[in-house]
Amino acid sequence: MLLIRCPWCGPRDEIEFRYGGQAGLTYPPDPEAVSDEEWADYLFMRDNPKGPFRERWFHAAGCRRWFNAVRDTATHRFISTYRLDEEPPA
Amino acid sequence: MTADARARSPLAARAADLATIGAELVPFLAQVDLRVDPTHAGIAPYPLPLEPNTAWHDDHYAALWLGPDEWLILGPADAAGEIVAALETAFADVDRSVVDVSANRVAIALTSEDRLDLLSHVCPLDLDPRVWSAGRCAQTMLGRAQAILLERAGTTPVLVRPSFADYVVNLLLAVRGATSGVGA
Repeated sequence: MLLIRCPWCGPRDEIEFRYGGQAGLTYPPDPEAVSDEEWADYLFMRDNPKGPFRERWFHAAGCRRWFNAVRDTATHRFISTYRLDEEPPA
Repeated sequence: MTADARARSPLAARAADLATIGAELVPFLAQVDLRVDPTHAGIAPYPLPLEPNTAWHDDHYAALWLGPDEWLILGPADAAGEIVAALETAFADVDRSVVDVSANRVAIALTSEDRLDLLSHVCPLDLDPRVWSAGRCAQTMLGRAQAILLERAGTTPVLVRPSFADYVVNLLLAVRGATSGVGA
């Protein structure tokens, strides 16, 4: 069982959460100008690091707010969680 | 209980089972969902708690923190219209969403002494009195059902979706059966 710290509700059981993929992806400012290759890269290609990874999580059964987390993909340890309007921790 | 005599709770036929788990039905609880910028919380007709997972209540009404810009206002049966009107009046000049969600959830009130022990068997939340005390509320899971818990002195109202109401009662009955005599 993982205890995930929701930035609003505090530590909660992992069954209350849903995973939302990589965090920090920016929508192309002018999507019609990008090439097919760049568009496909934005849509489908995600980082897959071994180690700390910035992810989006959703507190589905709790406050129903999205937040970001830094999780170690090798150990599943949550290094930090932070609100969407907060800067990612260094 | 309500202006519409045809209204019927999904748990209307389960009074005996509710008594077994130390609970009673709270019929037709008025529920209104409010979303508004928390900076405007001060002009609300009810004190809106700003600390996450806390609630305010008096003898008739309650305001539960559901999210940083979302609250659930509870009131007596048939009070939903009055609550909606009070909120719409108070927040007339700001962006807000006020929705009567009374039919969204069925409320039961757990009143037995060991109600938190009972809930702990099916709830991942830490219900230890050191962190879970009167004035707290939470949205969490009871078994596989999403639920809202509110802690008051001597009673714990539990709000679940109508389609999950039978499931939650069955679940708590099973726990009561499996732990009968333990902490009772």
